[in-house]
Amino acid sequence: MTELRALYTLWLREVKRFIRDRARVIISFVQPLLWLVVFAAGFGARITFTGVDYQQYLFPGIIGQTLLFTSMFMGISVIWDKEFGFMKEILVAPISRFTIFLGKMIGDSSAALLQGIIVFIFGFLLGIPFDPLTFFSALPVMLLITFGLVSLGLIIASFVGSLENFGAIQTFVNLPIFFLSGALFPVTGAGTPERLRIASTFNPLTYGIDALRTVILGSAWTPIQPLYVDIGIIVLFDVAMIIIGTWAFSKMK
Amino acid sequence: MQYAIQTHQLTKKYNNYTAVDSLDISVERGEVFGLLGPNGAGKTTTVSMLCTILKPTSGTATINGFDLVRQSHSVRKSIGIVFQDPSIDDRLTARENLYMHANLYGVPAAEQKERIERILKLVELEDRAESLLRTYSGGMRRRLELGRGLIHYPQILFLDEPTVGLDPQTRDHIWKYIRELKETHDITVVLTTHYMDEADRLSDRIAIMDHGKIVVLNTPQKLKETLEGDVITVRANDIQLLSDLVVKWLGLTKTRIVDGALEITVPNAKAAMPRIMELATQNNIYVESLISRGPNLEDVFLHYTGRSIREDSTRELYGFAAVQRRAIK
Repeated sequence: MTELRALYTLWLREVKRFIRDRARVIISFVQPLLWLVVFAAGFGARITFTGVDYQQYLFPGIIGQTLLFTSMFMGISVIWDKEFGFMKEILVAPISRFTIFLGKMIGDSSAALLQGIIVFIFGFLLGIPFDPLTFFSALPVMLLITFGLVSLGLIIASFVGSLENFGAIQTFVNLPIFFLSGALFPVTGAGTPERLRIASTFNPLTYGIDALRTVILGSAWTPIQPLYVDIGIIVLFDVAMIIIGTWAFSKMK
Repeated sequence: MQYAIQTHQLTKKYNNYTAVDSLDISVERGEVFGLLGPNGAGKTTTVSMLCTILKPTSGTATINGFDLVRQSHSVRKSIGIVFQDPSIDDRLTARENLYMHANLYGVPAAEQKERIERILKLVELEDRAESLLRTYSGGMRRRLELGRGLIHYPQILFLDEPTVGLDPQTRDHIWKYIRELKETHDITVVLTTHYMDEADRLSDRIAIMDHGKIVVLNTPQKLKETLEGDVITVRANDIQLLSDLVVKWLGLTKTRIVDGALEITVPNAKAAMPRIMELATQNNIYVESLISRGPNLEDVFLHYTGRSIREDSTRELYGFAAVQRRAIK
C-alpha cells in the first residue's frame, strides 16, 4: 500500500512537471506534425513500393519514431533531478528501488505516450488512409513500446553525469535503433542487405513497428512476425529493461 | 537502545583518500549534536553514511537501534534529512512537495492534510503554499525543506549545513525553528556546520571534526573552558616585534598573528592589557587598538587543530549559486 502510494505520487509528479512545461508541450505538438506533413507528404509522394502506399507504410513508422525519440529523451528527467538535488530526496525515502524506477518510468511513459497519441490524431486529420478505430488496438502496443524505451533512456541517464553527455549518447543510441527498425524503409524481404537484416532482428523497435503496422494497416501489411511474437518480444524487452533499471537506480548516488 | 546513533569504526575511503576515518561517536536521545569542522573535514560524508546514501567502506553504525547497512529501510523510515544542497522540486508548489514527501514516507492518507497544515504554519509559509517553489527565495526554500523533513515524525533529524548561503536574518530565523523543534517535537538533531556561532548557539554537544576524525567532543561551554583564557587582539605598526617582546618579557607564549593583528591568549585579560600597552610604549611601538574578549569556538578549533577554520569561498558561492540558479530559472 505504501509502495503503491509512492508509485502514484512519483507518477503524478512527472505528469505535473510535463504539463507545466509549456515549451515541451508545444514541441510535442509541432514535432510530429513536421514529420507527418513535411516528411511523409513530401518524401512519401515520390516513393512507391510493393503493396502498400508509402504514406500508409510510413505512418506507423513515424509513430514508432516519435515514441523512440520522446521516450529516450525522457531520461533527461533523471539528469535534471540529479542536477537539482531532488533525486536525493527520492533515494533516501523508505521505498524500494523498484518502486522508484517504476514510478518514474510510468510517469515519463505517460508523457511520451501522449506524443504518440498526438501523431495518431494528426495522421487522421491529415487524411492518411487508415481505420481510426485501430487507435484502440494500437494504443496498448504503443504503451508497451514506450515502457521499454523510456526505461532504456532512464538507465542511460542514471549512469551519465551531465546533460551534454546524455545528449551525445542518446543520439548515438537513437539513430541505429531508428534506421534499423524499418520505420522508414523495409529491413526485411528481397533486396535487403543481409547484414542490415540481421542487425534489425536484434532491434526491439523492429518488432514494435511491425506490430503497429499489423494493427493499423491490417491485411494490407505482410507482417515480419506474427503479432503475438512481436508482442512477446516487446514484453520481454520491457521486463529486461525494468530489471536493469531497478538495478541501475539502486547503484545511483 | 540507549543512544540515538552509535557508530563503530565507521570509515569511508575513496581510492587512497580517507574521507572519514574510524569514527566512534554516540549521540544521545533528544540532544542537538553538532559536527563542526572546515569544508572537507568529512562532515557531509559522515551524514551521508548515517542517512544510508553512502555505503561505509568499513565499520558499522546503529541508528534508532537499526543496523545501518542491513536494515537501511528501517533507518530511512525513522530519520529526516535536510541536505546541504537544495532538494525540492521547484516546478511543484510547496503543498505538492509536502504531499509528495508524505506519500513517499508512508504517512497515513487520513493524517496528511492536517500534518501538512501544521508544518506550513510552523515554517510560516501558509500563505505561499500554492506558489511554485521557483518563485521562492532561498530562505523560504530552506524553511520548507526543514518542515518537509518533519512530516513523517522522524526520531532523528539530520541538518547538513542548514544555513549556508543565507542572509543573517534568515539564519536567525532558521536557528529559532531548530530550537523550537527540539523543544516541541522531542527529536534528536544532528547538525553539521562550519559556522562557529551556529554550532555554539544550537548544540548541546559539539564534535570538532578535521581530516575525517573527531578531534574533540564536549559541550560548547566545556570546550571554551578548557581554553582557560581570554583573547587580546592588538593592532599596531609592528606586531612582529611586539609579539617577540610579549613572549620574551611577559612570558605569554600563546601568541599568533591573524589578519595583520596580534592575538594573545592570556589567563586574565584585565591584568595583561596594561602591561602589553606599557611594553609597546617602552619600545616605541604605536598601538592602534587593544581589544579583549572571552574565548569562542573559533579559538577552540584553533587550539585543537592548529589552524583557523576558514570558509571556503568557492563552496560558499556554490551553495548560494545553486539557490540563485533555481531562483532565476
